[in-house]
Amino acid sequence: MSAKPQPAEPKLRVEDLRKSFQGKVVLDGIRFSVEEGESLVILGPSGTGKSVLLKHLIGLIKPDSGRLLVDGRDFWALSERDRTVVRKKFGMSFQEGALFDSMSVFDNVAFPLRRSGRPAAEIRDRVRECLSIVHLPNVEAKRPSELSGGMRRRVGFARAIAHQPEILLFDEPNTGLDPIMTDVIDEVILELKERLDVTIVTITHHLPSARKIGDRVALLYGGKLVYEATPDEFLRSQDPAVRQFVEGRAEGPLTVEFEREGKVPVPEGS
Amino acid sequence: MRFLEAIGRAVLRLFEELGRFFQMLGGTAVWAIRPPYDVPELFRQMVRVGFDSIPVVFLTTLFTGMVMALQTFNGFARFHAESLVGSVVALSLTRELAPVLTALMVTGRVGSAMAAELGTMRVTEQIDALTALGTEPVQYLVVPRVTASVLMMPLLVIMGDAVGMYGGYLVAVQLLGANPVTYVENSFQFLEVSDVTSGIVKAAVFGLIFSVVACVRGYYTEGGAEGVGRSTTRAVVSGSLAVLFADFFLTKLLF
Repeated sequence: MSAKPQPAEPKLRVEDLRKSFQGKVVLDGIRFSVEEGESLVILGPSGTGKSVLLKHLIGLIKPDSGRLLVDGRDFWALSERDRTVVRKKFGMSFQEGALFDSMSVFDNVAFPLRRSGRPAAEIRDRVRECLSIVHLPNVEAKRPSELSGGMRRRVGFARAIAHQPEILLFDEPNTGLDPIMTDVIDEVILELKERLDVTIVTITHHLPSARKIGDRVALLYGGKLVYEATPDEFLRSQDPAVRQFVEGRAEGPLTVEFEREGKVPVPEGS
Repeated sequence: MRFLEAIGRAVLRLFEELGRFFQMLGGTAVWAIRPPYDVPELFRQMVRVGFDSIPVVFLTTLFTGMVMALQTFNGFARFHAESLVGSVVALSLTRELAPVLTALMVTGRVGSAMAAELGTMRVTEQIDALTALGTEPVQYLVVPRVTASVLMMPLLVIMGDAVGMYGGYLVAVQLLGANPVTYVENSFQFLEVSDVTSGIVKAAVFGLIFSVVACVRGYYTEGGAEGVGRSTTRAVVSGSLAVLFADFFLTKLLF
């Protein structure tokens, strides 16, 4: 499809990303990279700017400073037209699915395909294929409002993979779902990773999912990625912030930040 | 000091709003030219802006024409100028009342819906999803709405002109006993083509203004369901005010 990246370049690299909203610093020098085919999970309590970070990765938000490199190309140095082309390498699943509620499930999944002007028969086959990948047959004619939360997420997944992206971004894929559906979603993400051979970045505050779907896990706190390791190392880490998050305690270094911001910390697994 | 601060803040906000308005206007113009053209969506919006507004515009202009005839007849009777009623109704409707009142009604009906729709899409991340799927939201959402408004407003006003004049005729002839032949004659005696066309030009500009204002309000919505409510209200209030401001300057310009 696209030109092969140089072997040394990671699929996605973020350099010293900074962003503040109305004087409040949300991202304070984020740096990390994701190799092709790797799955990175970014953990962090609610309200720490995880979604903001994820939206930076696909260029929905422009950073105040810092660089975003996709296949080694500086995203914000590209022309608007090229940015749209680069964006098509991404598939993003939003927190509540963000399905177009004026359209049926079929039209939602077909949306990115129609916009690229493919023939109708090909679109129909691809939509069916995508819905079967996320284990959702027979919902094509339904409206998003008729679906359960877990089904909406999975339709969102199907829409995100329809145009065969190389990088998948998941924004809190299982927040607000019951434990069984949470695991179903994790299974689907794992399956996508294996079947589609894609690079995945997930943000969540759900530790068991991070362990299940992540090759690497990072903790976002105070606008920085403070710790980065394999899931097992992460769980064994003696870093006080990591310990607090892993054990789900109300007191610790993460909470100090929250009290200053006037927010209540959310323990893991909620 | 407080007072000056408040003024300063209001001025800054006004400029911010104006900036967003012109930015959206420019963006809409640029994206309207670029393919792909979504013709089915444009037709859908034209039905919503135009066809679905027919009852409201019909009633508004009918009663305006009727009231105009009633008021001017009573007033003009004092100096025996009843024969001018038809002209006054025709002139005021085509030049001023039909375009302005149609614009205000459509702003309330369609502008509010546009702001609510785009606002909901913003707070539920559907607008972000559009961008993420490689579709420019301004092109997909704003261009068809603004184009439909610019195209349909003149048609609504042409209908409004006719309906309003018929309303005036009804009142003058049926209720006040004017001579139907002379009334119709008088209606068209002083009416020029430019009166009608200036009203139509106004209508198109009003359509542009209210739809861009509504789209800006919806597009920049913040803060959940409450924010959507706020955007909807402000779309109608600032849209209507903008129409009235523009009306004054257009009238100054066109005549």
